[in-house]
Amino acid sequence: MNLHILVLIPVLTALATLFFKELKQVRMIAFLGSALQLLLSFALLAAFYAERAAGNVAPMLFYSSFQWFPSLGIAYTTGIDGIAMAMILLSAFVVLAGVLVSWKMEKLSREFFFLLMLLSAGAYGFFISLDLFVMFFFLEIAVIPKFLLIGVWGSGRKEYSAMKLALMLMGGSALVFLGLMGIYFNSADIHGQHTFNILELSVRHLPLSTQMLFFPFAFIGFGIFGALFPFHTWVPDGHSSAPTAASMFLAGISMKLGGYGCLRVATYLMPEAAHAYSPYIILLSAIAIIYGAFATMMQTDLKYINAYSSVSHCGFVLLGIGMMNETAITGAVMQMISHGLMTALFFAAIGMIYERTHTRLLAQLGGLLKVMPFISSIFVIAGLCSLGLPGFSGFVAEMTVFMGSWQHVETGYRIATILSCASIVVTAVYILRAAGKSIMGPIVDDHHLQLSDATWNEKLAAVVLLIGIVTIGIAPFWLSDLIGPGVHGLMANIGRTILS
Amino acid sequence: MLNEFLILMKQELLLCIILFITLILKISDNDNSPRNWAGIVNSLLLINFLAGFIFPTTGELFNGMYKVTELMIFEKNMLNLGLLVVSLMAHPCIKSHKHLPEFYMLIISTLIGMFFMISSGNLLMFYVGLELSTIPMAALANFNLNKASSSEAGMKMILSSAFSSALLLMGVSFIYGTTGSFTFTQITAQLDNNALQVFAFVLLFTGFAFKLSVVPFHFWTADVYEGAPVPVAAYLSVVSKAAVAFVFVTVLYKVFGTMANIWYVLLFLTSVLTIGIGNIFAVRQENIKRFLAFSSIAQVGFILVGISSGTQAGEASMIYFLLIYLFSNLGAFGVVNVVSSMSGKENISDYKGFYKTNPALSWFLTISLFSLAGVPPTAGFFGKLFLLTSGASTGNYLLVGYAAINMIVSMYYYLRIVKAIFMDENAMPIANIKAGIIPGIAIAICVIGILVTGFAGGVYNYIYSLSSGI
Repeated sequence: MNLHILVLIPVLTALATLFFKELKQVRMIAFLGSALQLLLSFALLAAFYAERAAGNVAPMLFYSSFQWFPSLGIAYTTGIDGIAMAMILLSAFVVLAGVLVSWKMEKLSREFFFLLMLLSAGAYGFFISLDLFVMFFFLEIAVIPKFLLIGVWGSGRKEYSAMKLALMLMGGSALVFLGLMGIYFNSADIHGQHTFNILELSVRHLPLSTQMLFFPFAFIGFGIFGALFPFHTWVPDGHSSAPTAASMFLAGISMKLGGYGCLRVATYLMPEAAHAYSPYIILLSAIAIIYGAFATMMQTDLKYINAYSSVSHCGFVLLGIGMMNETAITGAVMQMISHGLMTALFFAAIGMIYERTHTRLLAQLGGLLKVMPFISSIFVIAGLCSLGLPGFSGFVAEMTVFMGSWQHVETGYRIATILSCASIVVTAVYILRAAGKSIMGPIVDDHHLQLSDATWNEKLAAVVLLIGIVTIGIAPFWLSDLIGPGVHGLMANIGRTILS
Repeated sequence: MLNEFLILMKQELLLCIILFITLILKISDNDNSPRNWAGIVNSLLLINFLAGFIFPTTGELFNGMYKVTELMIFEKNMLNLGLLVVSLMAHPCIKSHKHLPEFYMLIISTLIGMFFMISSGNLLMFYVGLELSTIPMAALANFNLNKASSSEAGMKMILSSAFSSALLLMGVSFIYGTTGSFTFTQITAQLDNNALQVFAFVLLFTGFAFKLSVVPFHFWTADVYEGAPVPVAAYLSVVSKAAVAFVFVTVLYKVFGTMANIWYVLLFLTSVLTIGIGNIFAVRQENIKRFLAFSSIAQVGFILVGISSGTQAGEASMIYFLLIYLFSNLGAFGVVNVVSSMSGKENISDYKGFYKTNPALSWFLTISLFSLAGVPPTAGFFGKLFLLTSGASTGNYLLVGYAAINMIVSMYYYLRIVKAIFMDENAMPIANIKAGIIPGIAIAICVIGILVTGFAGGVYNYIYSLSSGI
């Protein structure tokens, strides 16, 4: 199976949208493109299992490499393991759902779908690339579409949020770039050859001093994408100003680029430094979890609620990575998938409510279950998944992170783990409060009585995401078996604590 | 001998022929009525550009005073392309201008000067080329005869050039005094880094810094760009700057390679200043031409970071960056020129709501600005990162980190224009502009260049194979 097609399809879809003007045509192209992408992802999954079943134990399957800038050691190298496979599936689900909820995007529809598809191409490219430079290229590709999507189609303080997001993410990129430079120029083998290839880098042990210097750059750089405290401030503004589909992409996919980068690049390639910095990572992610949860309690706008809760939930990803054992990292990856699906569903539901009621303020909402049962139900389901109810993906993922975290016996780690666990109670409070206020109770505004329930496209979007959430919730071993070998492969490096 | 002369100098000679043709056009014109000469000149320039690729011959003339290498041919082809694009871009304002032949005579003679400068193997030859490229430039900056600010631009240009030439000449004479030669190879052999030589080198460096508008020698840039006609400003910011940069890196690497530790310090200091001050001032500009002037100052700072490494990658990334910069900056100037010649508006605030009325031009401007900012998938991303990569290759992470952080600042001011175009509301946006086919071709060349050059790894690899370090 050829991985390049995963990047090619979104790019071609994006280009194809440029040739049409009408919303109907454009959205159909985007829908077909992303549906095809989802099918391809499943085909890729099948091929992936087939390869593994045939006894192929290579760390990266479907590996291919083309020279791009040979004098700089840059090659277009691609390949996937179970982790990347899971991320690709996540992206395919979220992209399809994102296209479906944007079905009525009348304003500049061609440009809107073009940018959405370009953004998704960046995400796919990021997950399949095994060359640091190419990875960085794809990471950056996604920044500008976000800026334009928020700034042009957003609501509220959209220009401010768009600029803040673009500049903070560019800042993250600048740090990542410095980290990559540090890795690259200290990767010389016995012939003095430098490389950007992740697989080769993983066996070339970087000197400890280099790692200690450049790990913070790489980790914080990617961490900014993944809402690392205190660099999370773009998340609430960006998410809440963005149009629905862009919020879904941002929280569902883009923030995962950060977590994935922290794991695959920073921690995997500089494990000794990661061990040394682990307490700080744990500290920051525990703060993010608790701070995010309490900050959410104070919010009155549905999108801000979900955005701050994303900060809290993404904290679990970094917490899992910071714990640096197999269980916790598996949990972190599962949390990325779970949170990606759950938050996309949440934003979709909020978007549908906002489109109908024109408000996202809790005070102006109430009793929506009576007028729009479907939307209200998915809102509640997303909320329940967010608070970690068993049967949904959130429970499985967070549980795995906690199990991994508990393996650390040091007091500091224990405290961080316990506090993070406790945040789930806070999560329950704000989710139940939000759901109770807006969904249950009396209808606050009489105009809401005339509102209609979800249309077929919105239902389809929700169902697509729900399938993912429930599948993981009910059959978590399916997911952990997929990512398990990948994490195991990473552990060969991450488990290394003493420089050999 | 004659054959060799004709073949080696063919690019310069071809330009001379075009120059004479424009002269004949001028003489044959006795009633001062506008004719369709722009088409003729443009086709000649196109032929000139294409002819640059055939029979690439390398060699030396006049005892090494003039030489041609494959890299020089490539650089000259780049500049030819730049002139062609500028000429296409200038079409709407120049086609019915009564001084059209003069415009082309001046601009072509500057290009001939640059070609000699690039090909020089001798300080005198270099100086003659430099002057030939500078003095007509001042006349070009003054080309808008009805505008006071244009005359001001010409005056500033000529005064600052004269000043920098004086510094340069002083440096040249000290070098001659201490080494006894003008020839590059002999100078290199004679250098022993004594105080006078270092002083002479600093003077030479200053002369170059003026031409490249490196801070603190940048004061002329913004005023000249603002006052000069837009195509001239574009030519000045891209073609003229690229030519000087080519020679600059040759002089640093080949002639003063033994002074690497000295020019490294100079490059470090000037690049920090240039990037920082270029960026700070670019943030504050309201006039889009001044804005592009300051942003191009900041871009030069990045070039200095790249060449500070003194490696093969340093030279290659600089040339590659300049190729991309040619497309990006000419693309931006191309759109600005169309807008300014059709509507007369040159302020950033005038661009508010531009997307509603001119979607295609908006995208072209946006793509060019993204390329200048270094955002993928445009070529500017590769250009800028390769410069920083080669800067980091000597372990100079501090400078590279500084440059990377400044990329965020530059991101802000480029995005400010994108924001004005796409997001800001405006009751009276610039009306729909019909750019016309010929400037359209110029912009299209730039946009295609921006989108293709980065992905085409072959371009960089080719340049790399031609380049060399200290």
